[in-house]
Amino acid sequence: MSKRIEIKDLDIYYGKFHAVKSVNMTIEPRAVTAFIGSSGCGKSTVLRSLNRMHEVIPGAYVDGQVLLDGVDLYAPNVDPVRVRRQVGMVFQRPNPFPTMSIKENILAGVRLNNARISKSAADELVEKSLKGANLWNEVKDRLDRPGSGLSGGQQQRLCIARAIAVEPDVILMDEPCSALDPISTLAIEDLIKDLKEEYTVVIVTHNMQQAARVSDQTAFFNLKAHGQPGELIEMGPTEKIFHNPDQKATEDYITGRFG
Amino acid sequence: MSTTMTSPKRTGSTTPDLLTAGQLPKFTGLAALVVSIAVAAGLLALLQSANVTSVVAVGALLFLLSMFILSTAVEGVRKAKDRLAKYVVTGFFLVALAPLISVIWGTIANGMARFDGVFFTWSMRNVLGEGGGAIHAIWGTLIITGIATLISVPIGLLTAIYLVEYSNNGKLGASIRFFVDVMTGIPSIVAGLFAYTIFSMIFGAGHKSGISGAVALSILMIPTVVRSTEEMLRIVPNELREASYALGVPKWRTILKVVLPTSIAGIITGVVLAIARVIGETAPLLVTASITSSMNLDPSQHPMATLPVFVYNQYMYAPGIDTAAYHARAWAGALTLILIVMGLNAIGRFIAWKFAPKAGR
Repeated sequence: MSKRIEIKDLDIYYGKFHAVKSVNMTIEPRAVTAFIGSSGCGKSTVLRSLNRMHEVIPGAYVDGQVLLDGVDLYAPNVDPVRVRRQVGMVFQRPNPFPTMSIKENILAGVRLNNARISKSAADELVEKSLKGANLWNEVKDRLDRPGSGLSGGQQQRLCIARAIAVEPDVILMDEPCSALDPISTLAIEDLIKDLKEEYTVVIVTHNMQQAARVSDQTAFFNLKAHGQPGELIEMGPTEKIFHNPDQKATEDYITGRFG
Repeated sequence: MSTTMTSPKRTGSTTPDLLTAGQLPKFTGLAALVVSIAVAAGLLALLQSANVTSVVAVGALLFLLSMFILSTAVEGVRKAKDRLAKYVVTGFFLVALAPLISVIWGTIANGMARFDGVFFTWSMRNVLGEGGGAIHAIWGTLIITGIATLISVPIGLLTAIYLVEYSNNGKLGASIRFFVDVMTGIPSIVAGLFAYTIFSMIFGAGHKSGISGAVALSILMIPTVVRSTEEMLRIVPNELREASYALGVPKWRTILKVVLPTSIAGIITGVVLAIARVIGETAPLLVTASITSSMNLDPSQHPMATLPVFVYNQYMYAPGIDTAAYHARAWAGALTLILIVMGLNAIGRFIAWKFAPKAGR
């Protein structure tokens, strides 16, 4: 159920602003791919274009191809809603639905899509998803309490559980740990390592140690200059990017030297 | 090479203890207030111009002055200014509250006389002088306001949803918002004449009915519902919409199942406030639903009495004899109206509290 993503000549725009220039890359299934780079270089933008969340922003559009196992997500007859059911997303700030309980949050993807689900199947799905997100033991006694009552780290794992409950092929994570403490971050990183057994995982992070710890492949994005579109500078196995990058810009960024 | 490092001298460091300052005892404020009022009363009595207004005004000024001087002497200038600001703010709050309390008190005092069983069971049919009641007007108000709400809430809610979720800040959205703002400022009599004209054109001149009154009220109500709902929808964080889209939920279901439930408490409060605003309208109902002394529960035809028009009618058209009976009925009608509005507000608050997202652990 894990799928390969190929990006071909992808240009991304916010209205007239050219945000990202001609990205080409292949994201392998059953692996973790990390996007690193400075703020504003377009890595979140590229991530959001992988499940057509980019176009939710008024005026935003893309030019190019994103192939999910060979199917172009931007072909004219593709329904973005169907794309998002196969490519799930976890956001920077935990965003459980405030009006729903923990259980309802997990079932939100199924229930909101108007699918009928029996009570036993629902209970099973809740348990499976929460176990998948390493949250089951902490919340199993309070599944009917509001999701917003959990700690930040628990809320983020709840959001991950909610994303995997719809059984996507790909999970996108946009800086999932930047609002969390180190212990919660560790819990999420362990979870990411488990998730790659079944899913294609793409993670945007500002934390280079995190990229080094969890990812198999790393892509480095950069801006040529302020106001210029962001570009993919280099992509390769994480080991290589961190120890023996081809590009000087990558080495400068990794080692903390800029300019 | 004899440069000496001189750190900036701290002034006043001779005082051994910089953290404590003088403090007026807690009761000082109250004591000063009582003394000020007493002194003001005494002084004005000497000048033979003592009345409630002048005593309160002069007493308040004396109080502010004395507290400022006292506080400056004991606590220092900064604290004195702080106290001055606090007392002035509190004072203006009390000034703003005065007319409200006065209105409620006046209505209760005058309205209780006829706030009885007969008032809530009788209409004004064949009643001259004493007796009679407003049951026909109470029903009229409930029916007309109810129909107005049924018309306004769907239109207002859907307009607000369009503005926030679908307009993409386009030209159509901007112009709708502009015209809604213009509609907020329409004088209520204009709304009444508009509804009267429309119904007269369709059903013949001189048409009077409850439904035409409801249409007039909904013209006044729609802009309020649109604006308050729009504000409520806008404060729903975008992250929740994105979370829902990312789960593969279509836009309309996201609005229905995520955005509206999150903001429902505020939307209901806005609707209740809009109802409370139009339920006391007199002018538009005077020209559309008019007034009658009999019970009329059919909003499609014939005049229908409403509480505000009933109050106006009883007060303005009281005959020369038994005038007091008419005035007493007017006051009781006003009291009933205030109680209905208060009840609506209480219900609105309860619903808002009931539906508000809770963060329980």
